[in-house]
Amino acid sequence: MFALALLLLMMALPVQASPLQDQSSLRDYYQQRFPQLSLADYRQGVYAIDAIARSSWTAIEEFPPYEPAIEQGEALFTKAFNNGSYFADCFPDPGIANRYPQWSKSQGEVISLPMAINACRVAHQQPPLSYQHSDMLNMQAFMAYRSRGKTIATDIPGDDPQALAAYQQGKAFYYQRRGQLNFSCATCHIQNAGKRIRTETLSPMLGHTNNWPTYRLKWGELGSLHRRFAECLEQIRANPLPEQSVELRNLEYFMSFMGQGIPLTGPSVRK
Amino acid sequence: MNFHSSIPAFVILSLVLIACASNPVQTGQGRKLAFDRNKGNCLACHVIADGESPGNIGPPLQALSKRFRDQQQLRDFIYDARQNNPETSMPPFGANHILTDAELQQVVDYLWDLP
Ligand code: HEC
Ligand code: HEC
Repeated sequence: MFALALLLLMMALPVQASPLQDQSSLRDYYQQRFPQLSLADYRQGVYAIDAIARSSWTAIEEFPPYEPAIEQGEALFTKAFNNGSYFADCFPDPGIANRYPQWSKSQGEVISLPMAINACRVAHQQPPLSYQHSDMLNMQAFMAYRSRGKTIATDIPGDDPQALAAYQQGKAFYYQRRGQLNFSCATCHIQNAGKRIRTETLSPMLGHTNNWPTYRLKWGELGSLHRRFAECLEQIRANPLPEQSVELRNLEYFMSFMGQGIPLTGPSVRK
Repeated sequence: MNFHSSIPAFVILSLVLIACASNPVQTGQGRKLAFDRNKGNCLACHVIADGESPGNIGPPLQALSKRFRDQQQLRDFIYDARQNNPETSMPPFGANHILTDAELQQVVDYLWDLP
């Protein structure tokens, strides 16, 4: 009788895995696929699993093309706004990139690092920067650099159903097939991780949010995570979404939570 | 594999098209479509004959005339691989209009003759 009541109760509950369950089953999947990798190894993206690509990457890292960006970012950090205050007034410790994206209960949305940077500017009567602006990217490069080695701290607070909803939307986006080629993010970075599409090895998604901003040789400049999202969407002939749209922030929120505990490596360089 | 059965009209059509397969102009065009990054881009996932830089998401495309009952069955597979495997990584080339019907047939002509 009791067992039956319990069964009925379980059937009445929505059959949705909790974020922690998602995280552990995804990690189990990758553990099977790449038994040689520790969780921290995923910070290196595709170079964790592609030895040939790794060797040319290691050579480039000797003279990192993102170094001037870190210096310029630091200069912006210590330059006074028109009203005499500093970025440092918003971010006493610049080494907090690992805490983004984060859920803001008061604003009821996911706040990414670029948004937090603009919020600081607006609070000090500065116009917000476009998300592609070099100052915007350089600030992130400096903050990421100061955060290196700290682990992704993105969390889904249990006391706010809206946070869970944002997470679930991000997750749904990740697994939704789209575009003329009918791919989801998961088709490439989960289902086929480690395989090659032409000569490109497909990286696992764990740690996909930990290396930004990234200097891509293909771009010839530093770029953002959301720019990379747009490029993957274009590849499958789907509509690219604007940087910092709710969809892409929720996507980043889901992805970061999957990578919780992986050390930051930004700014980084990628092919 | 459980392919859905083809209807007789298509069988007749494919017999006609098998005749075209011996036409080298047709097969040359099919090869081009299969290799072209903006068209079939089958090489992204499959080893095909002498194609350069193939990926390895799908199996090598070889001896397909022994694996498929007829050209129509092969064409149906490429038209929408989801019919065979809902979780497939292969894009639905016909259903999503990545290749036109004529282009699809040219690719089939090319693949059918591969050893
Ligand atoms: C058709 C295959 C394909 C699909 C679908 C795809 N990607 Fe990618 N993605 C790639 C390839 C190839 C690369 C470059 C090699 C690598 O790092 O995996 C890449 C790289 C990335 C990177 C950069 C990783 C790094 O270390 O810098 C991110 C982030 C990413 N993809 C996210 C996504 C997201 C989110 C989606 C869905 C919206 C998606 N991808 C869909 C193929 C794909
Ligand atoms: C992004 C990956 C991808 C692309 C691009 C792709 N395929 Fe495939 N293909 C697959 C996978 C994976 C399979 C294995 C069966 C499955 O999972 O559906 C497959 C299976 C096949 C098969 C069955 C082979 C056999 O021996 O059973 C044929 C035929 C085929 N593909 C033809 C093509 C053609 C023709 C093109 C281009 C017009 C193409 N594929 C493009 C991924 C791809």
